[in-house]
Amino acid sequence: MENLNSYLIVSALLFTIGTIGVLTRKNVIVMFMCIELMLNAVNLTFVAFSRHLGNLDGQVFVFFIMTVAAAEAAVGLALIIAFFNNKESIDVDDINLMKW
Amino acid sequence: METLFFLIISLVALIAAILVVTCKNPINSALALIMTFFCLATYYVMLDAPFMAAVQVMVYAGAIMVLMVFTIMLLNIRVDATKKHSHKLIVASIIGFFTVINLIVVIVKSRAALPTGPFSGDMIKKIGHTELVGREIFTNFLLPFEVTSILLLVAIIGAVILAKKKI
Repeated sequence: MENLNSYLIVSALLFTIGTIGVLTRKNVIVMFMCIELMLNAVNLTFVAFSRHLGNLDGQVFVFFIMTVAAAEAAVGLALIIAFFNNKESIDVDDINLMKW
Repeated sequence: METLFFLIISLVALIAAILVVTCKNPINSALALIMTFFCLATYYVMLDAPFMAAVQVMVYAGAIMVLMVFTIMLLNIRVDATKKHSHKLIVASIIGFFTVINLIVVIVKSRAALPTGPFSGDMIKKIGHTELVGREIFTNFLLPFEVTSILLLVAIIGAVILAKKKI
């Protein structure tokens, strides 16, 4: 088993890459995938701490996070399809109906 | 030996994560993301959590990513390489720089000094990881587990209603 800090550093880097992806990309599906990347970085932190502390609660939380991610993927992709049917585009700049 | 393995997996995971952000075609991003998920499953095996690794491969790489690739192919989006990347790149770089500095400083300075629980590596190997996680879910976390089923039901109904053209 490796040192705890190395897992946490990898997790931090993955989370940051996901953040940069959400901020820079304009394709909604790619932004969605970056959010999944951030969720997975958090999952890695949970499992690393769970192993380090000898407590399984963190892994049960990872289980729930995966459930929420699956629900999010289903609803989010349905929203993207509904938006594409209306505007023929998945660019975030075109999602401006409620902009003031 | 294990350190070398860890470094190789980290390198693959980070390169795949960078490819997710930089690829022009969403299909390539999806494939790179699947690569990252497999690397994370490898980490879970190294952390004595084989059940989590199996769930990671089956649920994330198997179900969620197939759904995403399916949507990308269904929508048939033209790849517009002529479009400028984004003017927000500098802002995002600054925010990302501070995020990573912040996270790493917190990690290096902090100590995880909670009282340790009873689950050691030997115990997990002897009893089995799946059994221990199952016991934990069906005793201490029974109510959240049941609420999860309601969440999934709502997600199913919501997805069907949103994606339908005429209700």
